[in-house]
Amino acid sequence: MIRYLLRRLLLTVPVMIGVATLVFALIHLVPGDPAQAMLGETATAEEIQRLRTTLGLDRPLLAQYGSFLGGVARGDLGKSFRTGQPVAREIWRRLGDTGILAISAMAVAIAVAIPLGIVAAVFRGRALDHTAMTLALAGISMPSFWLGPLLAIFFAVRLGWLPVSGSGTPAHLVLPAITLGTALAAILARMTRSSVIEELRELYVLAARARGFSHARAVVRHAFRNSLIPVVTIIGLQFGAVLTGTIITETIFAWPGVGRLLITAINTRDYPLVQGCILFISVTYVAMNLITDLTYGWLDPRIRFE
Amino acid sequence: MIRVGLVIVVLAVLAATLGPALTPYDPSSQALAQRLEAPSGAHPFGMDELGRDILSRLVSGARISLFVGLAVVSVSSLLGMLFGSIAGYFGGVVDDVISRVIDVLMAFPGILLAIALVAVLGPSLTNVILALCVIGWVGYARLVRGQALRAREFEYVQAARALGAGPARIVLRHVLPTAFPAVIVQATLGMAGAIIAEASLSFLGLGVQPPTPSWGTMLDAGRSHLFDAPHLTIFPGVAIATLVLGFNFLGDGLRDRIDPKGQL
Repeated sequence: MIRYLLRRLLLTVPVMIGVATLVFALIHLVPGDPAQAMLGETATAEEIQRLRTTLGLDRPLLAQYGSFLGGVARGDLGKSFRTGQPVAREIWRRLGDTGILAISAMAVAIAVAIPLGIVAAVFRGRALDHTAMTLALAGISMPSFWLGPLLAIFFAVRLGWLPVSGSGTPAHLVLPAITLGTALAAILARMTRSSVIEELRELYVLAARARGFSHARAVVRHAFRNSLIPVVTIIGLQFGAVLTGTIITETIFAWPGVGRLLITAINTRDYPLVQGCILFISVTYVAMNLITDLTYGWLDPRIRFE
Repeated sequence: MIRVGLVIVVLAVLAATLGPALTPYDPSSQALAQRLEAPSGAHPFGMDELGRDILSRLVSGARISLFVGLAVVSVSSLLGMLFGSIAGYFGGVVDDVISRVIDVLMAFPGILLAIALVAVLGPSLTNVILALCVIGWVGYARLVRGQALRAREFEYVQAARALGAGPARIVLRHVLPTAFPAVIVQATLGMAGAIIAEASLSFLGLGVQPPTPSWGTMLDAGRSHLFDAPHLTIFPGVAIATLVLGFNFLGDGLRDRIDPKGQL
């Protein structure tokens, strides 16, 4: 297991360097002068030059790249152009809210998808299965930037049960978590169904039934438990979709997380903050994939020896 | 399901090609006195915040969505097939380089890299297509690389090589055709992904710019009128979800036909 762990860690290093390089290149893709773009048309030549010096854009490209990588390694992502605060601190301040939203969305998805997937598998080919899987496909097809406002119209505007936007109370979390969790629930339900169907075909399920276990017990205690490995993997791998989803969900519901920070930074052309947010989200995603891979390797020894 | 998907997609294509000629209103003409008017006989989907007919704008927006989808899927699949087959067929250093680039691009979740690229390049339809192609080709390349790795060991490929066929001919005539069915399924599902991605970027203000009608920008405009005019939000969303569902039905159906095990 240690060799597997080291190998996976080593494989992650070039990917992380590649990600950092691409994020570094972003500011140089800005058409024209990035400093001019950030300051706008009315900026004087002196102001532009001052910003170029502050951002280090007047230094040779390789020197800029070296400083950027060195900073990233130390957790220094530069300073926000608008607020003057360190980018890492700006992200850190909003991290808790994004974490709460992402975890709540995943909890909603798991709570809905696993029972739905099991029921669809047990009643495979029947009306219940078709209904569940059509619902799942509808969930995948329904964009969050539509579902969110629809939920807000119904539960906040019409019924007045929940707040339309903002944060601060558990009630504020309900609509964003459902909005973000729906697509994941749909994917998980489909995965759970296929996985449980595979396991239901195994002889040990038949053996459990022969030993007098009820069908429900054979499904839940035996087939479902063994079908969990691919389901857990999908949950881990879908964390990236949840992370990207927070950008839109936080924008819809004015949730004060990293996703909303990114969109605000884009709108104000705060490129150091944009770079920091993109790098942070990508590194979190790579780390989550690594953890998922390691967990999978731990659960299933065949993976480690491949 | 495949038939339902096909019907939805054909209807959308017909609406996009014929619709603008059939709708009685210009999607850009404004009647400010009728702004935010609820659905009526004259305007079945109501009027938007500038007094424009929502139905006409939806039909016009279908063109943008389908155009973006088609452009992104065509360019991405061609690039993906090119690099995937080169990596899989030649192996070695070429494969290593292409695979590392794929790994790095896949380290950005979902449309994050597209958001970043459009953020720095500036919001426009061209930049949206460019950004979605940059992240889009990777999935096809991985798929085709896997198929090419298998195909190069097939006896008929080795026979072609023994008969003196060059790498280009072998890849084009013998390797790529084995990947086509899977690429077609991925392209169909990719249409759904590209349509949602374009709408997401436009919703965030990073895509198609007003006054060009795009379903994403229409939804964004509707956000300010959730209380007084929910129809601004409801109809563009129905259009996006229906078209995406159509492509998902079609893609799922095709996958089941090609790989019956997937029907589990």
